[in-house]
Amino acid sequence: MENSEIKKTCLHDRHTALGAKMAPFAGFDMPIEYAGLDAEHQAVRTAVGVFDVSHMGEVIIEGPDAERFVNHIFTNDVTAISAGQILYGMMTYEDGGTVDDLLVYKVADDCYLLVINAANIDKDIEWILSAADGYNVAITDLCDAYGELAVQGPDAERILSAVTGVDLSQMGFYTFEMFDGEDASLPVVISRTGYTGEDGFEVYDTNERIVELWDALMASGVQPCGLGCRDTLRFEAGLPLYGDELTAEISPLESGLGMFVKLDKPEGFIGSDALKTQKEAGVKKKVVGLEIDSPATARHGFEVLDAEGVKVGEITTGYRSLTLGRNLAMALVDARCAALGTPLQVRIRKKTVPATIVKKRFYTTRYKK
Amino acid sequence: MIKYLPTHEYIRVEGNEGYIGISPFAAKELGVVTYVDMPEEGDEVVAGEEFGAIESRKAASDLFSPVSGEVIEVNSALEDDPTLVNADPMKNWIIKVSISDPAELDALMNEAAYEASIK
Repeated sequence: MENSEIKKTCLHDRHTALGAKMAPFAGFDMPIEYAGLDAEHQAVRTAVGVFDVSHMGEVIIEGPDAERFVNHIFTNDVTAISAGQILYGMMTYEDGGTVDDLLVYKVADDCYLLVINAANIDKDIEWILSAADGYNVAITDLCDAYGELAVQGPDAERILSAVTGVDLSQMGFYTFEMFDGEDASLPVVISRTGYTGEDGFEVYDTNERIVELWDALMASGVQPCGLGCRDTLRFEAGLPLYGDELTAEISPLESGLGMFVKLDKPEGFIGSDALKTQKEAGVKKKVVGLEIDSPATARHGFEVLDAEGVKVGEITTGYRSLTLGRNLAMALVDARCAALGTPLQVRIRKKTVPATIVKKRFYTTRYKK
Repeated sequence: MIKYLPTHEYIRVEGNEGYIGISPFAAKELGVVTYVDMPEEGDEVVAGEEFGAIESRKAASDLFSPVSGEVIEVNSALEDDPTLVNADPMKNWIIKVSISDPAELDALMNEAAYEASIK
């Protein structure tokens, strides 16, 4: 991507002033780390950290057919939730491959907020528009209008309540509240959600007010956290990243996300026929956890071999886990060698090292239910 | 004499032997080193080609050899404690090599040129 095309979030100046190491991610110049990945990771596990996630995309779908339309493009079932609740799920292609994973916020029976991955914004919006034929819905792209912060960690409730003046202690996991903002068309959204395996919140507001909130959190001593530890944290919690554990070639079932795929919805959804077939026949490949018996880290794309040395898959993400002190990875492997305890091998550059299939939820998440 | 590659490897030359490691700048950029993937003693290294890798939690970087020659020693202390590289990267070299073509050293950056390149 040309430098001139790279986008900046509303907090870009703040990041550079803090001396963050910046790098391009999903078309944005994003902070990778400030104090160092390990310190930021620890802050979220033991106290609180804040992430600028203003690069994420927000799309509103409203109108008489909103519920039916969202259910048509989404693997989970929005008829199961009430206003103020949130569902995680995916959009899938006709063949069951994944378009994106996303959160759906039910604002009202006829209004939903979709939060999509930054790297997929253009593709997703095109996909959503192309699927909307025959549905009476209005689709509004708020990706640039909304900034977003993720405040994560065991102290998130206390700090964010103090800074915003909103008592967040009663907000349930995967629920949200909306408040009138300074811009009537852009309400403030606070949800009890995140991508770290800890308790935490995500806040959506105008770019201007997101900067104010960031400054207030900094003044309260909250650790700014970059995308580096966002990845190590979500990895420990076994959460997928689109591009690694979910792609156009990896279905939600193959990624082990079947609980977010409702194949029994009466009207189905785009991709549901293919996913039903996949489920009935059994998936041919699966995303698994691996524990690696070597000091070397397995990285995305490294080959996974069976005990005889035959290639059976590839690493999708790998890190030496800071919280657990174990050398771990997620990998996409043939279903025949996906059983817990199966001995495999990983090729790390010129060496081949032993690995064993383990549960991929490496870290026991600490959500406040 | 100490010389550098643009990829941040240094070679400290003593006679016709050289100690190869990574610069303090590179060690800082990398963060806490978790593993150093080293060749075996007796392996050939080639100027400009990869001879191993160094890993931190966030990334793995290939290591390139400033010169051609043979590995005469690997710093086995790094197997037990790779963070020695962070503690003192100039003292805690990664491999020691015999230099087969001293003329290759002329193509490398001297200290001043390297320092200027990372400013």
